[in-house]
Amino acid sequence: MALQVFTANRVTDGIVVFMDADGGWTETVSESRLIASAEDEAAATEMADKAADDAVVADPYLIDVTEDGGGIRPVRYRERIRAYGPPVHPDFVKTTPSDADHFTAGGKASRQSSDGA
Amino acid sequence: MYRYDPLDQRLVDERVEQFRDQVARRLRGEITEDEFKPLRLMNGLYIQLHAYMLRISIPYGMLSSTQLRKLAHIARKYDRGYGHFTTRQCIQFNWPKLEDTPDILAELAEVEMHAIQTSGNSFRNITADQYAGVSADEIEDSRPYAEIIRQWGALHPEFSYLPRKFKIALTGSPNDRTAAKFHDIAIILKKNDLGEHGFEIMIGGGQGRTPMIAQTVREFLPRHDLLSYLEAILRIYNLLGRRDNIFKAKLKILVHKLGIDEIQKLIEDEWNQIKDGPLKLPEAEIDRVAAHFQPLPYETAEADAKELEVHKFESPAFARWARVNVAAHKKPGYAIVNLSLKPTGGVPGDATAEQMDAVAELADEYSFGEIRVTHEQNLVFAHVKQSDLFPLWRALDEIGFATPNLSLIGDMICCPGLDYCGLANARSIPVAERIGKRFADLDRQLDIGELRLKISGCINACGHHHVGHIGILGVERSGEEYYQITLGGNPAMDASIGDIVGPAFSSDDVVDAVETVVTTYVELREKGERFLDTYRRVGQDPFKQKLYPEKTNAAA
Repeated sequence: MALQVFTANRVTDGIVVFMDADGGWTETVSESRLIASAEDEAAATEMADKAADDAVVADPYLIDVTEDGGGIRPVRYRERIRAYGPPVHPDFVKTTPSDADHFTAGGKASRQSSDGA
Repeated sequence: MYRYDPLDQRLVDERVEQFRDQVARRLRGEITEDEFKPLRLMNGLYIQLHAYMLRISIPYGMLSSTQLRKLAHIARKYDRGYGHFTTRQCIQFNWPKLEDTPDILAELAEVEMHAIQTSGNSFRNITADQYAGVSADEIEDSRPYAEIIRQWGALHPEFSYLPRKFKIALTGSPNDRTAAKFHDIAIILKKNDLGEHGFEIMIGGGQGRTPMIAQTVREFLPRHDLLSYLEAILRIYNLLGRRDNIFKAKLKILVHKLGIDEIQKLIEDEWNQIKDGPLKLPEAEIDRVAAHFQPLPYETAEADAKELEVHKFESPAFARWARVNVAAHKKPGYAIVNLSLKPTGGVPGDATAEQMDAVAELADEYSFGEIRVTHEQNLVFAHVKQSDLFPLWRALDEIGFATPNLSLIGDMICCPGLDYCGLANARSIPVAERIGKRFADLDRQLDIGELRLKISGCINACGHHHVGHIGILGVERSGEEYYQITLGGNPAMDASIGDIVGPAFSSDDVVDAVETVVTTYVELREKGERFLDTYRRVGQDPFKQKLYPEKTNAAA
């Protein structure tokens, strides 16, 4: 199966987070817990559901990622913008060496918010 | 400006405390996100792409300098130092923490502000004319009616759960500046043959994935019947609007399905039952509210036209700004000043806390401490002495709000797009920035003339692309951002919906495509024609041929 990680928004401040190896939540996508099998997914989903129940994170969901050169990168463009910050506001971009090109490529929207406009 | 009475204040204060309790329960894990979501949306709090987003209501776009200073303070203390003015004349902050939002709302309540009905399927902020009360072309100052509607519609118990969000525009001028015909209800002040003032009421306009132009449901409604008629429209919509399909839930779909004659009959039947009830507006009540909007104590001194002309002669940059960004005021010696929040290559509608503080300061000095927000994401000082125009221009230039591009190609409407928005399919701000840079030459912008370019990052059309003379819609195709161009949209009284010109352009090509459209217009235009006039005269074909030469050649 494709490599995946869990992402969500942290309840206290809404910031984008990723499930880490210990089942905690990190702001850095490259520190995510990689999910590569159905067993991984079942275990991670259980932890994600618990984190949602405990009001640690809101609406956790899985995204596709790639791993190259030691870095974990979201596949879809929308998720790269979530992971690295708004390209239009460089002060708030969480830049890492492997994400330099996230400003330039186009990308698919993988999931729509249901909050409406 | 309208000031809260004790009832308004109590309502808002109580709402803050209710939300404080709801947030505390959410943070303790006592309510789930699904349970909390409708509660936070009722208080303007979304979860967007990167964080929570708080949208704050600015009733009919009017702000005091005190309120603007409070917004600057909130940007600094609770957010990341800036805010974004929206096409609904509201402001949104992109990075508030959930745990801070009760305090933010409490601070807003101190200055008679809130975030109620800025999201969810509610009755939203009324879109209003930014020149209300000061323009020479209006029938009557529309603001008292906007306030009366606000009071009627705020937390109206019958309309708390509408099928979909609901938008009303109100204009007192035949030269519409509110995009009225693209609202669920458009209210247009009219004078009848007897010289009495009343309203033309139109319904069923909107943008989104199914753009429609509002149709007249009543030619002339007496002023005293305003609220009962609105209630009748809302009631019919609330009963018959679809709730099973979000894409078919708007009033415009109901109007389309039933036809204007059928829905008019339903509305009129309902109205006839309620029009002489408690919603009938007594003259005394209109007067009571209107007393909040009396003409300001303007000075009677005539403008020193000579001094102004000297400044224009000595400073071509000032002369250009005065020509483009300054509008006529009904009071001799005064002017309406538009502050452009569209700096060349900048983010349309953004303002930093420092800029907001500076604007508040300048409003106190030059415009009776009052600021207006426009649906085109600019600000307005509505009461500036002509003799103050030169020093005001210099001060605005220092804070970056004096770009002389009002209604020109640089004055784009642009939604937040995929840089911020959870719904977007493509980024819109970087496209606006690149178009701004491409057309940075202000002489060229002036030569091109009125050209309203509007950009949305998805089909929900928050960036009003359907009504752009040139509209740009961001779409996603095969994992890439693409941009569809529409031509000939127009939000004014002679409204039209833009036509899709052909296949979408890649992000790399879209700015060149806009350039092609503009140069084609410049080649084809006849004397005095705006872009829209030329487009309406020649149609789409000449633009198509230039944009897609291979395709059109092959076809020929």
